[in-house]
Amino acid sequence: MSIMINKKTRLITIGITGKQGTFHTQQSAAYGTNVVGGVTPGKGGTVHEGFPVFNTVKEAVEKTQANAAMIFVPPPFAADAILECIDSKMPIIICITEGIPILDMVKVKGALARSPECRLIGPNCPGVITPGECKIGIMPGHIHLPGRIGIISRSGTLTYEAVHQLTVRGIGQSTCVGIGGDPVNGTSFIDVLDMFNKDPDTDAVIMIGEIGGSAETEAAHWIKANMKKPVVGFIAGAAAPKGKRMGHAGAIISGGDDTAEAKFKVLAECGVHISRSPADLGKTLEAALK
Amino acid sequence: MNVHEYQAKDLMRKFGIKVLNGQVAKSVDEAVEGAKKLAGSVWVVKAQIHAGGRGKAGGVKLAKSLDEVKAYAHEILGKTLVTHQTGPEGKKVQTLLIEEGCNIQKEYYLGIVLDRATSKITFMASEEGGVEIEEVAHNHPEKIIKVAVDPSTGYQPYIGRKLAYAIGLKGEQIKEANKFFAGLYELYTNCDCTIAEINPLVLTKEGQIIALDAKLNFDENALFRHPEIEAYRDLSEESAKEIEASKYGLSYIELDGNIGCLVNGAGLAMSTLDIIKLHGGTPANFLDVGGGATKEAVEQAFRIILSDPNVKAILVNIFGGIMKCDIIAEGVIAAAKAVSLNVPLVVRLEGTNVDLGKKMLNESGLKITAANDLEDAAAKVVAATKGA
Repeated sequence: MSIMINKKTRLITIGITGKQGTFHTQQSAAYGTNVVGGVTPGKGGTVHEGFPVFNTVKEAVEKTQANAAMIFVPPPFAADAILECIDSKMPIIICITEGIPILDMVKVKGALARSPECRLIGPNCPGVITPGECKIGIMPGHIHLPGRIGIISRSGTLTYEAVHQLTVRGIGQSTCVGIGGDPVNGTSFIDVLDMFNKDPDTDAVIMIGEIGGSAETEAAHWIKANMKKPVVGFIAGAAAPKGKRMGHAGAIISGGDDTAEAKFKVLAECGVHISRSPADLGKTLEAALK
Repeated sequence: MNVHEYQAKDLMRKFGIKVLNGQVAKSVDEAVEGAKKLAGSVWVVKAQIHAGGRGKAGGVKLAKSLDEVKAYAHEILGKTLVTHQTGPEGKKVQTLLIEEGCNIQKEYYLGIVLDRATSKITFMASEEGGVEIEEVAHNHPEKIIKVAVDPSTGYQPYIGRKLAYAIGLKGEQIKEANKFFAGLYELYTNCDCTIAEINPLVLTKEGQIIALDAKLNFDENALFRHPEIEAYRDLSEESAKEIEASKYGLSYIELDGNIGCLVNGAGLAMSTLDIIKLHGGTPANFLDVGGGATKEAVEQAFRIILSDPNVKAILVNIFGGIMKCDIIAEGVIAAAKAVSLNVPLVVRLEGTNVDLGKKMLNESGLKITAANDLEDAAAKVVAATKGA
């Protein structure tokens, strides 16, 4: 078992005929993901690299019974693509696109709040992988190993680092979820922690956060109150310089507790096994399992 | 993207938001001529730099005669201001804003920002204006009123009333304030701001609500739809190296240490700085080559890192996903040969095409220290700076 995606997932790629869309659709299919088609407006009815192409998400869903979408649309049009997926009640929407305007995402977030049947992962994320079953995104599939550890991260390559440290120790992963590094994203740490908590095939979780915002702090309190499984936590950016911000408004809104130091402290207080070094994620997880 | 106060105020006028009349000056003569065009007998001479805290640093002066305007303009133009937001090197003043004075009755704080916890655009207001708002937030959080805007309805007058009453305005002032708040929200959403901060917002003795200062920050990712705002960009306020890096899709931030870093992905790049510090070293920069960097971009990244004379060693840390290790290796080799590399280079490669990448580096004839993992890489690069 796993969370969100598995062997039964039927994937379409939005923006399938673009360079990135083409490459990563092929990579996902090669990993074993059941890719059933794609969407590029104006190219409906054609077949691209063996995948049927549709003009709209609605048509793609009707013809293929897709239940997951992977978005590779350029930033100015990506929010529109997400909204089209929401309109078609797509259960899992994974948006890889980096650089979407924040206010576009504020609108998307409003639409998501009215559509509880849809879950958006990202944007600006590596995607989601259930090793050995289904890969949706840009992560290198071969570093993963099927197993029982869940991973949640705001970062792409740092997630690979965590996966690698587990795999070289022979510890496999149930599902790895990149929730994305943007200020407004579809799925939070808490959403994914909750899923891992309920997943009978996940034994423990690695959570990788960053400086800025309060998502990790909120997750820490949630873990203390609800989590039944061990959680290992790391916060990137302890050595990062203070941003050269012009105003103070960004720091005030989160109450000024968005430094790595503050987040590590809250995580530790809430019972999370913290790894001060990014090189110790695997080691810390191994110790937490004992 | 940051803009100057005078640019922010130009934009605010277009949205019907009340600001004082002002004149921009690049020389002492222009400052005096500008002051003559403004009504009244007092003027404020304000340094235009991309940083707050100008007043305390001596960059804002009240002039009571044209002679004083001249004297202050002479004093401030060309001066390097050091504030808590400029860094120790400070910023040189090249432009002044000469503004007319006003009769202040009371000062307030007003800000609009995205609240990441709710994903909603949120107003913040306080009756403690004109002071360091971070201190107010820390010592008296209850004095900062926050009101979120529902994205499906946008700004509504009740939001303005809620804010205005909460900061102690009354009567006609409520209507004035509501007009101001609505205008600022329009500006924020129409122009893709990330921060709109008015500190202080003032109530005049005549009952007007006016922005005395203005800080606007814009979403870089939305500039494609705002050429008029892009035109406000002042490259002299930005780091030359950071601008150069951005041309190649590189994200570079200069730091004060001696270990140059070249990493893919922001999270891994930040973690690389973290682990260097944990090993007792100091990073010279943050550099994220991004997900789809080319050989040319990697080569350019090397040139930028090596242009920093403090760099005593370089750490390349790549976990290839989309980014293939052989591309990185090709860029590293080309750059090292082109720029005659004379500092130790530690390379840690992992992920897609790692074996090919390692083979290319081994056969390049370059003096490269290979690292097995993150821990090993940090230890080796820190040792290299200490041994050198």
